[in-house]
Amino acid sequence: MAAKIFRVNMSDLSTSIEEVPAAWAGHGGRGLTSTIVAAEVPPTCHPLGVNNKLVFASGLLSGTPAANSGRLSCGAKSPLTGTIKESNSGGSSAQLLAKCGCKALIIEGQPKDDAWYSLAVTPEGVTITKEAEVVGMGNFAALEILDQRLSAKQGIIIIGTAGEMKMRSANISVKDPDGNLRSGGRGGLGAVMGSKRVKFISIDPKDGKVEIADMDKFRVANKAFAKSLIDHPVSQALGTYGTNVLVNIINESGGLPTRNFTKGQFDGHEQISGETMHDLIQERGGKVKHNCHAGCVIQCSQIYNDVKNKYKTSGFEYESIWALGADCEIDNLDQIAEADHLLDDIGIDSIETAVAIGVAMEAGVLEFGDGEGLLRILTEEVAKGTGLGRIIGGGAGDVGRAYGVTRVPVVKNQAIPAYDPRAIKGMGITYATSTQGADHTMGYTIATNILGVGGSLDPLSKEGQVELSRNLQIATAAIDSTGMCLFIAFAALDDATCLPALIDLLNACYGIELTGDDVTNLGKSILKTEHAFNLAAGFTNQDDRLPDFFSVEPLPPHNVVWDFSGEEIDTFWNF
Amino acid sequence: MKVTVKLFAFFRAGRFKVEEREYPEPTAVSEVIEGLGINLDEIGITMINSRHCQFETLLKEGDNLAIFPVIGGG
Repeated sequence: MAAKIFRVNMSDLSTSIEEVPAAWAGHGGRGLTSTIVAAEVPPTCHPLGVNNKLVFASGLLSGTPAANSGRLSCGAKSPLTGTIKESNSGGSSAQLLAKCGCKALIIEGQPKDDAWYSLAVTPEGVTITKEAEVVGMGNFAALEILDQRLSAKQGIIIIGTAGEMKMRSANISVKDPDGNLRSGGRGGLGAVMGSKRVKFISIDPKDGKVEIADMDKFRVANKAFAKSLIDHPVSQALGTYGTNVLVNIINESGGLPTRNFTKGQFDGHEQISGETMHDLIQERGGKVKHNCHAGCVIQCSQIYNDVKNKYKTSGFEYESIWALGADCEIDNLDQIAEADHLLDDIGIDSIETAVAIGVAMEAGVLEFGDGEGLLRILTEEVAKGTGLGRIIGGGAGDVGRAYGVTRVPVVKNQAIPAYDPRAIKGMGITYATSTQGADHTMGYTIATNILGVGGSLDPLSKEGQVELSRNLQIATAAIDSTGMCLFIAFAALDDATCLPALIDLLNACYGIELTGDDVTNLGKSILKTEHAFNLAAGFTNQDDRLPDFFSVEPLPPHNVVWDFSGEEIDTFWNF
Repeated sequence: MKVTVKLFAFFRAGRFKVEEREYPEPTAVSEVIEGLGINLDEIGITMINSRHCQFETLLKEGDNLAIFPVIGGG
């Protein structure tokens, strides 16, 4: 049975199952969420109002045995940026939604009363139930109760208290195969879910399966695809050190934003590095390798235990560790892990919130390096929704405005992540031009600027950076539509067998005959759809700019500034 | 000449994190790597004083040489 669109109207508490319109049929994941948001959400609407819609979509290959295909896309108009947004997460829900025959779940409208609700998705459709028990709870307490109430196999998509309070950095968390959480972190989509008064969504596919048109061809393609991933040395390093292997290399390059983006190297880099983390995990009986969804062959996640050898956090990522660490000058990995756990529990973006605290440190709210102070602010202010907590929960831009700080590292009001655009210029182009505010995953030029993957391009030179970012942003939009983890890109950039195998998987799954050009054109059309939404929402090319402090404050050790002109940046859209 | 050599990820196993070492002039980056028992095809990138360099680049007194295997993240 072909997958359908499941629609939930929270205004009149009705649900429906619809055929997939022809224009949406070739889309999945980000391509589908952005296509639906562009088609159905008025671009000028208030992101937390009745006219915004929250869309979940599994990827084109999610729910099949294809390796690394379990990523979930969540889309809406973002309350943080005001742009279109797709936030991407691991966990089990993408695969389970696909097995329910649900191509996309659209949540629209808004209840007129102040009750909370849960949604239950099965192959028969969606049911809406009033919820009280887990409302007001952090994610981990809520999950414990839901694990007793629901069968263990069910998927759960949930918001924490940040989402309930409609904080603009609230995330949406997704249960992983071990019962821990992964998050669609960026852009405040948890606040959109909170505005719909939906605390959680359970997903039970029962005996549902995803149909594959040509299973023999699919198996052959999947074997070649998985082999290309497993054989790539970056995959092997990711399984050993996690993404946090980047601390030392980005620090060495002079592009590790430190002390609220005033330096490019952090004296405490070794203490928070992937190498140190790996050794601590082994000493404390944690797990170096861990997968965020079934079928992942890279396993970049891990189980990090505390000093008493008890579970503290998983999915302990470079960008979170950078933000809580170097950007706030905290060099204690256990304090950073505690903060990561608290952020997951509150249900708030670890990048945005930590960068916001870095700006608050500059404002004198607390001292740089004050790890205990940071933990106190998370538990006593953000989790409880005090005035200060809500300012920090509104993101780095809100903190800058509230305290009159001018060094505020945001683009389209979204915090710049772990790579300084002055010293790694390709990332600056991605931050400036991304359809979703500053976001490293939109076009990860680090591969070529720093890591020597997919060629190499001098990170301090402007030469070739616009073209590099454009090509990567197009490819990323396409990968985000397949349900594939973005980390397949390292193999795709270097191994000539990887992308053809991925295209063979799509063709075998759907009985179609896509070519490489079709995939590139898909990526281009997704970017153009997203860009058109933003223009209609009131954005112009003047919004595709970095904050001006990057142009006037040289970044040590290279003492470089951001030196792209507006005209040069605008050539990004020449395709 | 004195050169500070920094190793990362699994290159540290059985070797060191950072060491000030003595080399004759001229010494190329590749000679330092091979002298540590590391195969050139295991190398991801190398940097001298925080700038990418080539295997044939010659070292100078006081240089910092960082040697990374093929790694990635994001």
